[in-house]
Amino acid sequence: METSTSISRKNARVGDTVLMVLIYGSAFLVVAILLAMIGYIMVKGLPLVNWEFLTTKESVLKGTHGILPNIINTIYIIVLTILFATPLGVGGAIYLCEYAHQGRLTQLIEFTTETLSGIPSVVYGLFGALFFNSMMKLQYSILSGCLTLTIMILPIIVTTTRESIKSVPMDYREGAMAMGAGKWYVIRTIILPSSFSGILTAIILAIGRIVGESAALIFTAGIGTTLMKTTSLSAILGHAKTSGATLTVQLYQYMLKGQNEYAYAIAAVLMVIVLAINLLTRLMIRGMKSKAQ
Amino acid sequence: MSTKISTKNLNLWYGENHALKNINLDIEAGSITAFIGPSGCGKSTYLKTINRMNDLVKGVRIQGEVLLDGENIYAPSVDVTLLRKKVGMVFQRPNPFPMSIYDNIAYGPRIHGIKNKAQLDEIVEKSLKGAALWDDVKDRLKSSGLGLSGGQQQRLCIARAMAVEPEVILMDEPTSALDPISTMRIEELMADLKKHYTVVIVTHNMQQAARISDTTAFFLVGEMVECDKTDVIFSMPKDKRTEDYITGRFG
Amino acid sequence: MKQTMKTKAFIEKFMEILFAVCSFSAVAAVGLIIVYMLGIGSPAIAQIGLFDFLFGTTWAPASSTNPQFGILPMILSSIYGTCGAILIGVPIGLLTAIFLANVASERVSSIMRPVIELLAGIPSVIYGLIGMVVIVPTVAKIFSEQTQFNGGATMLSAILVLSVMVLPTIISVSETALRAVPQDYEQASLALGATKAQTIFKVLVPAARSGITAGVVLGIGRAIGEAMAILLVSGNVVNMPGLFTSVRFLTTGIVSEMGYAEGLHRQALFAIGLVLFIFILGINVALYFFVKKGVGKNNGN
Repeated sequence: METSTSISRKNARVGDTVLMVLIYGSAFLVVAILLAMIGYIMVKGLPLVNWEFLTTKESVLKGTHGILPNIINTIYIIVLTILFATPLGVGGAIYLCEYAHQGRLTQLIEFTTETLSGIPSVVYGLFGALFFNSMMKLQYSILSGCLTLTIMILPIIVTTTRESIKSVPMDYREGAMAMGAGKWYVIRTIILPSSFSGILTAIILAIGRIVGESAALIFTAGIGTTLMKTTSLSAILGHAKTSGATLTVQLYQYMLKGQNEYAYAIAAVLMVIVLAINLLTRLMIRGMKSKAQ
Repeated sequence: MSTKISTKNLNLWYGENHALKNINLDIEAGSITAFIGPSGCGKSTYLKTINRMNDLVKGVRIQGEVLLDGENIYAPSVDVTLLRKKVGMVFQRPNPFPMSIYDNIAYGPRIHGIKNKAQLDEIVEKSLKGAALWDDVKDRLKSSGLGLSGGQQQRLCIARAMAVEPEVILMDEPTSALDPISTMRIEELMADLKKHYTVVIVTHNMQQAARISDTTAFFLVGEMVECDKTDVIFSMPKDKRTEDYITGRFG
Repeated sequence: MKQTMKTKAFIEKFMEILFAVCSFSAVAAVGLIIVYMLGIGSPAIAQIGLFDFLFGTTWAPASSTNPQFGILPMILSSIYGTCGAILIGVPIGLLTAIFLANVASERVSSIMRPVIELLAGIPSVIYGLIGMVVIVPTVAKIFSEQTQFNGGATMLSAILVLSVMVLPTIISVSETALRAVPQDYEQASLALGATKAQTIFKVLVPAARSGITAGVVLGIGRAIGEAMAILLVSGNVVNMPGLFTSVRFLTTGIVSEMGYAEGLHRQALFAIGLVLFIFILGINVALYFFVKKGVGKNNGN
């Protein structure tokens, strides 16, 4: 055997140190960018957010700069879109998990669902303008925006719901089936209740996407700022036929007009909403995980 | 024969769990030493202290000394990568990298600074021959190491360990995931290995220890109960517990 | 009894069909999008001429005497911008993914991961706003010579905004891929005397290659489809791309003119959308290919 060299020679590993510095540096940079963005928007925008800003509409006569119509439009679009997309997406997920046999058909559905999630917002905007505004004669309307967004968020609902249905243990199904229950009965009484929190997570994720959306809405829901009338149910429903800008679309309008201070204020409001949604999703997913264990 | 590895008053804790209790053991150069004992007795844990792979485990605490050629490997001045270059390891499950057979072998020499193609070629051939794998793979060095059979993969891992020219090779139950024929070939290989290396092997298979090793140490619940020449351990153990284990009364 | 059995069977069948219809909505939606984009876009392309459309360098849709619809500058700008964003975003994103998967403690990663998800949740328009008020002036200040005619609203500003926007995708997909690499590889490498950094870059990253590639491809999709964040930071002038020139992308080309375009001009915008859609479809096919191939490779074991 050869004579051994000592093992207590500390090599200076410059290359390694550089790489580790780069790794730490990148991680630090990413966090710093995010904190800087949030900080900047909050510092610039929050002081401008006050009660009047949140509860009035833009009016030259009264001299108010308010975003109430946009807040209402945003909520309106969220509610309507979720109402359209959830049954469709959950139903699709159920079919894929409980009925469909693995084959060309499911592959096609999977591929198109993936394709939908990759299509840029602006293409959805174009399609919505063409199909819903023009072909179906909905004009610039909240309804047209909702239908466009329904297609856009469909993949989120399908994929997330599917994951949670998949995690329902096989025994549950078999147990119920063994007692002679039909498939629909099993779905109604076992699958849907056990994947409830998964569906809720899907909805929250979808809300996040809707809140942030702008390009798909400008050409469909448009830039109207009419305040919704709450005098009667038909007035509320009728609001769907009017053009309405969400918060993001309004933020863009202010940027176009160079009224940056209002843009900052809306950005701050949006940032708070996004933070809240993110937190909520986190809690939901944690809840789902602890329940699974 | 001289002492290659000398362990003095070694204690190891995983958090609260006192996994190794006051181990004292000398391992001779150019021999095969086998560690036997029931699962969870600390034989693998002790093996991994010799190349400091336990450092990677969270919450591990080590006291005492392990001397390699008289140098304490737990001294603060020790460069762990140099230690591991000297003390190679073969794992329970064959774990070739997802790259070609050639690159698997050349990986170690490359990270230790060898770039010369001719030199690498030579090392690859020598290591594969040393692991009795050359004839099986010499025509497909560029194909993936994952395409080999389990036994071949394990020999590839042995060749990979040999490529960095270690002085000690640690083997952690190297045949437990293999079929009998592959096991036999690895055992034949080990007899060759001890001509150039000090080999330490953990095995749960007593027959294997009896067949291949020169010295055997018996571990039980974190203690090294007894260590002696293999034929002595298997014919007239001094400790009652060793005898019970060898005669199959527990384990 | 027999009657209820019959109703039950009917309900079962009815629900199955209902669910099948739901699951088919994605297929129908993609079909409709393709049909309508083709239906409006392709006659426009036919009228303009495919070559003049794709390779024409002049975009003058509103000219009353000689309207021209060449989108080459926009195509090249989109590719240029996406490449730039990927060039900056991939190293930073991959290194951050390595930090999360292989360097940081579980505690640190579990705090950082939601932070990065937040980056994905911030609306495009906010990126646009910050780009306009922070990045554009900064670029103008640092490169005052090169940007004296456009005030910093350049390709470079757009690339900087995009490179932040692609980070969350690249980071989360790469991190997942790195975490899926068997621990055995790391152990084997360290036992050969490799350092942590050598192990990461010579074994773990190559082993996670196909997943990381998928992350990069998804990032490309995100960058090429982005509109609102870069509309007001890139100058929005149809130019051949250059780092310090004002440019218009395929996406921003659509957004900036859709509001008032009519006739052939409007149809031409749909044709641009069609080009964009084909890009995305190509990316999706590439993704499918990479992921499938990657899975096949890993199953070789």
